Amino acid sequence: MSAPSTGGASRDGYGAALLNLADDPRVVVIEADLGKSTKSCLFRELYPERTISLGIAEQNMVLVAAGLASCGKVPFASTFAIFTERAFEQVRNGLARPGLVAHICGSHGGIHTGTDGSSAQSIEDLALYRTIPGMTVMHPSDDLSATKLTEQLLNHPNPSYTRTARNKTPRIYDEDTVNSIQIGKGSVLKEGNDVAIIAIGVMVHKALEAAENLHSEGINATVVDMHTIKPLDTALLDQLANSVSGIVTVEDHSVIGGLGSAVSEYLSENNPTIIRKIGVEDRFGESGDSEELLSLVGLTVESIETAARAML
Amino acid sequence: MSAIDLIVGLYGTQLNVDSNNPDSIQRDRFIMSKGHASPAVYAILKEHDFLKQSDLDGFRSLGSVCQGHVDMKWTNGVDFSAGSLGMGLSFGIGTAFAAKMDGLDYQTWVMLGDGETQEGQIWEAFMAASYHNLDNLHVIIDRNRIQNDDFVNVQMEIGDVASKVEAFGWSVKEIDGHDMEAVVEALQWSMDTPGPSAVVAHTVKGKGVSFMEDNPSFHGKAPNDAELKMAMEELV
Repeated sequence: MSAPSTGGASRDGYGAALLNLADDPRVVVIEADLGKSTKSCLFRELYPERTISLGIAEQNMVLVAAGLASCGKVPFASTFAIFTERAFEQVRNGLARPGLVAHICGSHGGIHTGTDGSSAQSIEDLALYRTIPGMTVMHPSDDLSATKLTEQLLNHPNPSYTRTARNKTPRIYDEDTVNSIQIGKGSVLKEGNDVAIIAIGVMVHKALEAAENLHSEGINATVVDMHTIKPLDTALLDQLANSVSGIVTVEDHSVIGGLGSAVSEYLSENNPTIIRKIGVEDRFGESGDSEELLSLVGLTVESIETAARAML
Repeated sequence: MSAIDLIVGLYGTQLNVDSNNPDSIQRDRFIMSKGHASPAVYAILKEHDFLKQSDLDGFRSLGSVCQGHVDMKWTNGVDFSAGSLGMGLSFGIGTAFAAKMDGLDYQTWVMLGDGETQEGQIWEAFMAASYHNLDNLHVIIDRNRIQNDDFVNVQMEIGDVASKVEAFGWSVKEIDGHDMEAVVEALQWSMDTPGPSAVVAHTVKGKGVSFMEDNPSFHGKAPNDAELKMAMEELV
């Protein structure tokens, strides 16, 4: 698959979406100091009267969002993925439990975040938010899909958490193909009937690269961008389980509780299938270049290929 | 019971709410952040026709609209889902901001417990509200000196909470929270004061029942039948 490699990181896509949503007066943007990083700063520049800066205080931020939501606003609050976790209980008790709808974006997710080191590399955010009843959890794979998915949150009936990435990765979609993306529906990027590779975020382009390499060996792989981890596209999972000999899940996230866990939980009870989870094993990261770090923890094209071959 | 005089004063003289139009965007908001004071809230909501006696009778039982801690999802007239301390003032910042953005003049009143101010988030919120000059936000601190396990000054004394709130940029007034005249006057003072303002109300837990007054063991525990009988004899 040849997608244009220009474009930004998924966090840039989030920032672009906020601008696209600005025509709706209900939209309010909330920041906890890191708007330049999460890209909500783009909205602030043009709509300061609808941007609230709350300083380095994430717990307060989440409840301010909940209060605004209770008055009919559609708040978009962002900080680093790891710092949203500081307000996990606030998201659980203050936002989701009363059924209020606000949208949390955690940027700089995953070990891919790089040189800041392990304190900034959230590898458990998706697992955490997945446990909250009614919460939608997403992790887009490029800037265009991040924009599209964030735009779809405008009238979404549930509170959500979206992880974006700090660094640019090759685009998966183009201006046309991105239009078919939909919250809750996995995007099938490539079809093959030997194995399925289900990936999220910065690992999707590596899954595609692995599938191309496997194809040259005569192994045909389906590749899915499962940008929405909750609600999970179980119809697609059933379809895959019925048509391939095994499934490889790939995520820049702990193997405990993330995409691989979600897929395994569903299929083990409903459609038992061999699954190999590729993710961050039970460990923390460290400082380093994104690609060096991904290699260090085994999040590579080669490891996807090896896992896929073992399915046959 | 430490909070009931404050709540009666608030609903009686300031709070613009209507049980016939409970979701009106223009209504004043009352955020009971110390959610365990739910019986006091349910009692006043009954007085204002948001709840019936049968609703109150179901308190804490399965399926009841009167949940253990006040919950906006369950109860008509409740504006916030409490139960986890430290969150209500932040929520009130949200409703106060929404009023300003919409050009509406409704007020947000937040009641905090004194033990609750041990939560760090409370101080994030005090700091944010004064920075953003939310003059439509009012706080009442129920300074009853008791928290779950024991007296506040035994668990972790919060000291001169009025000066601390003042240092965060708020106007503060201290009153006897059982002196109704002082309560009513302080609430009006809060309305008339520019910027965010807080009333620190010195109260007595279990006020009006001799064996409950200032007794930490009744913080989270209902009286048994015999105790209830004795209490009612003292109160009525």
